[in-house]
Amino acid sequence: MSDIIIQLTGITRDYVMGSEVVRALRGVDLSIRRNEYVAIMGPSGSGKSTMMNMLGCLDTPTGGSYWLNGNEVSTMRDDDLARVRNREIGFVFQTFNLLPRASALANVELPLVYAGTSARERRRRAEHALQRVGLGARMDHRPNELSGGQRQRVAIARALVNEPSILLADEPTGNLDSTTSEEIMRLFGGLHAQGQTVILVTHEPDIAAHAHRVVVLRDGVVDSDRPNPPRAESAAA
Amino acid sequence: MPILEAVWLALSSIRAQKLKSFFSLVGVLIGVTFLIAVVSIVQGMNVYMTSKFADAIGGINTFQVQTRPNMTFGNVTDEMWKEWQRRPRITTEDAAYIEDKMETPAHFSRESETSIGVAYRGKSATGIDLEAVDAAFFDIKHWNVADGRAFVPQEVQAGAPVVVIGNDLADGLFPVGVQPVGKTIDVGGIPYRVIGVVEKQGTLFGISLDKFAVIPITSPARRLIDRPHVIQDLQIQTENPAQMAQAVDEVTTLMRVRRGLKPSDGNNFDIGTAQDALDQWGKISKILFLALPGLVGISLVVGGIVIMNIMLMSVVERTREIGIRKALGARRQDILAQFVVESTVLSLTGAGAGILTGLALAFAVRAWTPLPAAVAPWSIGMAVGLGLLVGIVAGVYPAQQAAKLDPIIALGHE
Repeated sequence: MSDIIIQLTGITRDYVMGSEVVRALRGVDLSIRRNEYVAIMGPSGSGKSTMMNMLGCLDTPTGGSYWLNGNEVSTMRDDDLARVRNREIGFVFQTFNLLPRASALANVELPLVYAGTSARERRRRAEHALQRVGLGARMDHRPNELSGGQRQRVAIARALVNEPSILLADEPTGNLDSTTSEEIMRLFGGLHAQGQTVILVTHEPDIAAHAHRVVVLRDGVVDSDRPNPPRAESAAA
Repeated sequence: MPILEAVWLALSSIRAQKLKSFFSLVGVLIGVTFLIAVVSIVQGMNVYMTSKFADAIGGINTFQVQTRPNMTFGNVTDEMWKEWQRRPRITTEDAAYIEDKMETPAHFSRESETSIGVAYRGKSATGIDLEAVDAAFFDIKHWNVADGRAFVPQEVQAGAPVVVIGNDLADGLFPVGVQPVGKTIDVGGIPYRVIGVVEKQGTLFGISLDKFAVIPITSPARRLIDRPHVIQDLQIQTENPAQMAQAVDEVTTLMRVRRGLKPSDGNNFDIGTAQDALDQWGKISKILFLALPGLVGISLVVGGIVIMNIMLMSVVERTREIGIRKALGARRQDILAQFVVESTVLSLTGAGAGILTGLALAFAVRAWTPLPAAVAPWSIGMAVGLGLLVGIVAGVYPAQQAAKLDPIIALGHE
């Protein structure tokens, strides 16, 4: 298996808005290796969100090719993309996106439901994932019984439960206070240290500073792509 | 997603919105209630008609020779009425002729009946069914005389003024502790001696079967009913039901010969069987069963539309949930299945509640009205099937709307 887990070549994405064509991505080339910790930055309108959707296989490019973990996903259809999302991608959203009526455990089990995992195995793996994020004691709580930081931990456990190729976090601390944000970023650092490929999409330099590589988008192309000296806590965790 | 998973999900989502769910399944509930209640009552009537009713009018191996049908249902035209009016009456001589010529072994009893008043020492009962008959009548009707005895052929021959009365008439006419047998009562102004009381027959559709007085057809009160020689019908009972068809044919032929009918002429008399009455009931129940799909169908269509609307609302309300599920790997068919199963569970819950209320209604009818009720297992099966069908049909369109949602839009991304 190649060390390159993501290979984007000449990715373009156009949106038709009425009579106008909006060119959100204008030819992005990017490759990410296994166990990299990458932050994708850019001001609003830079194509950052489109990039996030593209990497997360929620959207397909107008042009160019996207290889993810040895599969070309740029030409896939809906249901195949759903399977790729299920197996390869762990999403962490700014708004957590937990199901409000389901317990933490049930939320974490959800990707495994769509993977067709047996109920017993689901429970075992979901419990393990919740323990990994330090929420072993709150598995039966519903999202509204948890703090913001705890909710995001549930979301991270859910993202990890399928052992995805990439952990894709979209403004993961956008709804959290600074102390909690630090906790969450430490958690990401720890997961990276355990071998997880982590991609952060953010506009906050403080958050991006946790990554080991920062890619900046501007006007739909890669404006800069440079390494970032690792911070102490991620190595320690 | 496995079906059990989807069912569990549907149940929890229904539990979370109890009131809305209840309203959405009311249509199905009403439709199924109709189905179960009506079928149970009609089915009960069927059982009742074939057992009790047929028995009450003489059992399945008995028939009458009479002028015209005594029970009709459906189209009776003016012409038919006029033709019936023109028919010659059945006479004592007709009865004697049939009794004499008939080869199939059978019991015979002439019968003339009317409604009359009966009195005993100033106490009177009206609307009493006065039966002027032959001695074999008791056997034909399977009437056991509880007190005293039935009259015998010799008493019929002599025209003795003796009477056998029904249980309710005995209770109504005689004070408690007074033995009716041996007393003389007044039947339409003529004194009769009570020689027996028939054991209790019970009721039919809430009407007492024990308000009657039976007298020999030759006895004096007979003149209050019909002109001399005229009888209302001749009751004929074969020894077993298998001989019925043969006996009916034979009697028909004998009557046609006696009346000199040409082969092209229709019968100017009628053969009445318990089967006729059952056939009449069959027509009524067929009409009920024809009307039933209309009633049930309308409720279920309304129920289906309500469920579809609730599901469409639900899809809109849960757009974000759908987005999350899709982002986490739900395929179109997973989302489709989730919503179809949810609407089916909703509809089946309605059907289940409808079965319970329908049964409750049927049993209430049985408990508080003279109408019987018997649960037909097929109607329960049908209710479940219809619930399933309505749920699936009503769920497909909303589920398709949910399944084709774009996950990015659903998640609220740009």
